[in-house]
Parts: sequence; C-alpha cells; structure tokens
Amino acid sequence: MTDTQAAIDVKGLNKSFGDKHVVQDVSIRVEEGRITGFLGPNGAGKTTTLRLLCGLLTPDSGEGEVLGLDFRSQTDAIKRQTGYMTQRFSLYEDMTIEENLSFIARVYELGDRRGRVGQALERLGLQDRRGQLAGALSGGWKQRLALAAATLHEPRLLLLDEPTAGVDPKARREFWDEIHTLADGGLTVLVSTHYMDEAERCHDIGYILYGRLIARGTAAEIIAGSGLVTFNGQGADIGKAAHELEHQDGVLSASAFGAAVHVSGTDRAALERAIAPWRKSPFRWDEVEPSLEDVFIQLMGKTSDDRYAS
Amino acid sequence: MSGLSFARIAAVMVKEFTQLRRDRITYAMILVMPLMQLLLFGYAINTDPRHMPAAVLSHDHGRLANAVVATLERTTYVDVKHLPGSEAEMDRLMRRGEITLALTIPPDFSERVLKGDRAQILAEVDATDPTAAGGVAAAVATLPSNAFRAELRGPAAKPVSPAPFEVVVHRLYNPEGITSYNIVPGLLAIILSMTLVMMTAMAVTREVERGTMESLLSTPATAFEVMIGKLLPYIAVGLVQTVIVLALARLLFSVPMAQTLAGWIALTVGIVLFITGNLALGYLISTVVRSQLQAMQISMFYMMPSLFLSGFMFPFAGLPGWARVLGEIIPITHFLRIIRGSLLKGQVLADMGTDLLALGGFLVVVAVLTVARSRTTLD
Repeated sequence: MTDTQAAIDVKGLNKSFGDKHVVQDVSIRVEEGRITGFLGPNGAGKTTTLRLLCGLLTPDSGEGEVLGLDFRSQTDAIKRQTGYMTQRFSLYEDMTIEENLSFIARVYELGDRRGRVGQALERLGLQDRRGQLAGALSGGWKQRLALAAATLHEPRLLLLDEPTAGVDPKARREFWDEIHTLADGGLTVLVSTHYMDEAERCHDIGYILYGRLIARGTAAEIIAGSGLVTFNGQGADIGKAAHELEHQDGVLSASAFGAAVHVSGTDRAALERAIAPWRKSPFRWDEVEPSLEDVFIQLMGKTSDDRYAS
Repeated sequence: MSGLSFARIAAVMVKEFTQLRRDRITYAMILVMPLMQLLLFGYAINTDPRHMPAAVLSHDHGRLANAVVATLERTTYVDVKHLPGSEAEMDRLMRRGEITLALTIPPDFSERVLKGDRAQILAEVDATDPTAAGGVAAAVATLPSNAFRAELRGPAAKPVSPAPFEVVVHRLYNPEGITSYNIVPGLLAIILSMTLVMMTAMAVTREVERGTMESLLSTPATAFEVMIGKLLPYIAVGLVQTVIVLALARLLFSVPMAQTLAGWIALTVGIVLFITGNLALGYLISTVVRSQLQAMQISMFYMMPSLFLSGFMFPFAGLPGWARVLGEIIPITHFLRIIRGSLLKGQVLADMGTDLLALGGFLVVVAVLTVARSRTTLD
C-alpha cells in the first residue's frame, strides 16, 4: 500500500472541547484519487475531524501530512490546495451566484477570474441565472453551487461535510456522478455522510464513533471483517417477530423492513437458536450477506457497551 | 377558531422567559444597565457645572486684586489652576481648552478702585459650550459687589453703588452662545461612533451567525487580511458620513468650519484616527459576542456612557473627578475636543497634541487586542 501516494496520512489526532474528547487518537490514511466515505452517528466527531484536516481547528495532538505537507505547520499551503464544503450552506446568500464565485476566485488569487467563473457557471448550467441571489436557490442548486465554489481553485483534496443532507435523490445521484468525475481526474475526496447508499459509492469507508475510528476499509472488507451473520425472514406479520427477537441471546440487531426482518449476530449457533421458534410456515428464512447498515448498527452497539462498561 | 387561550399565551410567555434566561448578555443588560446608569449618571451628571478650570493673569499684586481672585474661587464655579506669566501663554491655555475662564487684572487695578476711577477686570470665557460658560459668566458677574466685603468693615462694607469696579466679559469662540455650534460638531462624534462601532461589530458576527465564516476561514485568507478587508470599506463609510454631517452643519446650522489649511489637516488627522479607532473597537466587540443582537447590545452599552461622560451632553470640566477619569478613556471625549477645537477655535495639530495622542493610543491598544483575539481557526 505504501507505494501509492497518500493525500492524507495523519496519526494520533486528538481534539477536545472543554472536557469533551471529540476526536480520540484518530489515524487515517487516504490514497490519492480515492473517494473515502466517513460514516458515523451524529456527534461522533466527523465534522471535527474534517475541520482538523483542513486547518479550521487546531488539534491538541497528532502529526502527519496532508498533500505531502505538515498538516500542523503548513495549514496555509494546505488550504490553497484543499476545497472544503461545509455542512450548512456557507456562501453569501445576499450575493448573486456570479458574485460568490467571483469572490472565491479573488480570495484564492486565481488568474483569469472571468474565464474560470464563466466555465464554472457553464458546468453548473447556471449561466442564465448568474445574477440570481444565492439565497434564492433551492437546496439541490445550493449544494451544486457550493461544490462549484469548493472546486473552483482546482484543489487536490476535497473535504465534503454531509454534502447531500436534505437534497432529493435525483440531485444526490447527479452530485455523486460529479464527485466520481472529479476523482477520476485525480482529486482525493473525503466525504462524511449518513446515507448507506452513498457509503457504497465510495472506494473505501471509515467508521467513526465517539471520536474513535473503529472500522476502515472497503465496504466488502468491513462486512467481511465484522464476522456478522445475517438472516432474512419473510412472511406476513413477521414484523412482530423483530421485537421479540431483539431481546434474544445471540441477536445483536433485529429490524423490520416492510414484510421482511433482518436479524444479525456474530454467534451463528445462538442466532439459529433464536430464530428457531419462527422457522415455520408461513415464514421463510434465508441467510443473506450482511449490509453495511447491519454492520454499523452492530459496531454502534458494541462500542456503546464497551463505553458503559468502562 | 377557538377564541383566546390563556394557556397558549402562557406557553409563549414561559418559552420567552426560558430563552431570555439562556441569553446571558441580554440577561446581564437587563440587570446591569439600570444599575450602572443610575449610579454612573446619577452621580456624574450636573447641569450646573462647578470647579471649571481658570487662569488668572494679574499685573496687580495688591490686597484688593488678591481679594478678587479669592472671592472668585469662593463661588466654587471656578478653580484657579494656572497663573500664566504672559498673555500669550494664557491665550494658548484657552485655545487648547485647558481653561474655561481667563481673568486679567490690570496693573493699576487697586489704585483705580481706591480712587473710585472705574476700575476694570477682563474676563474671557470659553463659550464653545454655552452651558459651561453660563455658570462661569454669572459667577464672574457677582465679583464687583462681593469682592471687598471681607476687606472693608463697618459702614464701608455695605453694598455700594456704583460698584467699586466692573468686569468686562468676553465670550470667546461662540460669542452669541449658540447651542448648535457646540452640539452639531459633537453629533458628528456620536454619529460616527454609533454607526461604525455597531456596523463592524455586526459585520463579523453576521458571518459567524450565517455560517459563512467557516467557508471564509477555509480559504487562504488570514484573520488579519479578513479584518483589514472588512474595515477599509467602513473607513470610506465614515468619511462619507463626516462630509454629510459637516456640510449640513454648515448649510443648516451655519456652524463655523476650520479656517486654514493647517486647521483642515489637523481635523482630517483627528477624523481618520477616530474612525479607525471606532472600527477597531467594533471589530473587538465582534470577536467576543455570539450573535448580532449581542453585538448591538454591547454597542449600546458602550454608547450610553459615551453620551454622558464625554462632554457631549454635559460640560466635561463639570463632571466629578472619577467621571472625568472614565471619560478620558472614551475616544469620543478626545474627538469632541478635536472637532470643537478645530471648528470653533481654529486649533491646529500643535493644539490637539494630547487628544490626538489619546486617540492614537486607543487605536493601538484596541487593534492589538483585536488581532490577539481574532483567529484563523474556529477554535
């Protein structure tokens, strides 16, 4: 793995706010040109980690390189080559689309400002609405504009903080197509998200919980590494089974999905015993490949148990 | 429609109290403001200012001349602070605003009093502020009838008519005592301070509140660059305001303007220092507050004492000592002296020395604090 160049390679990242230890000993390595998904529940430390990487926050400890530059001392140089898209729309709502892009071009001291802004508007398909206030755009358009602004200076690293929150499925799909196009051009992307379908569109995934990076790898690797066994039960009214199964030994999670139920656990024998009473007509049980969601729910449960135990 | 529900009114009321309690600054304002204003202004404000600084140039060192000075001080309206050796020195004290009254006693004063030969004393009063000048002029006017009571005994102590001498009062700089000559230039200080402090305090807070600061800080722009870039437009705003206020002062209120190039240069230096100082203060506030509302509240909190303790509404020299110490910290106090001195007294740079230094010092201190507080990160 070390023969490829790492866009991000940091170790032992720590950050506390008061007595809240938000990021704990996070070490992360992202290869150049890869799209890495950053997953974890709300408040897990995703945003803080992204802000630490782009120099918006100063880490308490940690060392390493971002884009081959020391990420603690060379934040200015890193900022010049990094695009950061905030969770909340953070362009100026009382400025037009063109004025916003023009401002970004000036701040990054880009040459041929008009040309670049014009190209960006063209790519966005917003030439006709260039004079419209950014605040008047719909959620999907705001997000596309924010992406255009974050990539206007042609960064080598793009950090996206829940970029598709509140955006409709079609816009989300187009957004991800755009991300892949950028990554094909060599851009490294680190994107935080809550959506499992988006996680599956990433080259690899990092799962962060209570400030700790607890899983890292491709979706397949994480699923394989979880040691999780999942059964899918089908049949009318099987949803009721989910509630009862949840509290059985050997069952880590049991969730209803319409007329199906997903039951997961790490101990195959115990899991088989738990579902045995339900192995009767009209129910039908099949072993299935655990989904990322199953794995993450398991990870969440495991860590919180550890946490309360200690 | 379900009519008026007291339960719903109560729900909103409880919510409102809850939010009020969370907003620490508003909470503090509600409690501290009345307390501070009551104590500060209750004790400080005095519409009949006493103990104004005076200078006496006496060419007569006889008992009668000394009795005049002693009587003057007994009125408590003036304190003789200076005994200049020459007229030129006394003029300088007056022009720089260090004295409100300049009393000149001629060499033949005692002699002419004793001869009953219409002895005269010249009292020059700084009438820039008609309120301050009024009390002093009235006190000086009582001198002829009161000065020699202690010196003369028996029948001679009875009030005599005509009085043993007369006081010639010259009201300088604003002889007609036109209040607007004093207030209108002062308003420039208030207008500049109020708008500039508030505007800059909100300009930064707005970015934080709307979330745009996060984006701005992720660009290569440094905190210092952001600060300078944000402040420069407001210097222009301040200058435009200055031109408007001065033009209206001239057109509507016939306020005198600086007469010489040197006077205009001095005024410009003062204005630029004052504008920059206010902007820096606004920026400093913005690094502390969390919302635009708080920025507004803190700006108001700053403006209140500025109105009362700067000499804008009440003569500065008439404030008690502790209030003058507080007043000296406020940039408006110094700018008021500069603008009034420039427009009414024809002051040049040399006359404004201490006030320009004070404004410069304020600017440096606030700018250093601001730069120390502003961050290129969100920590």
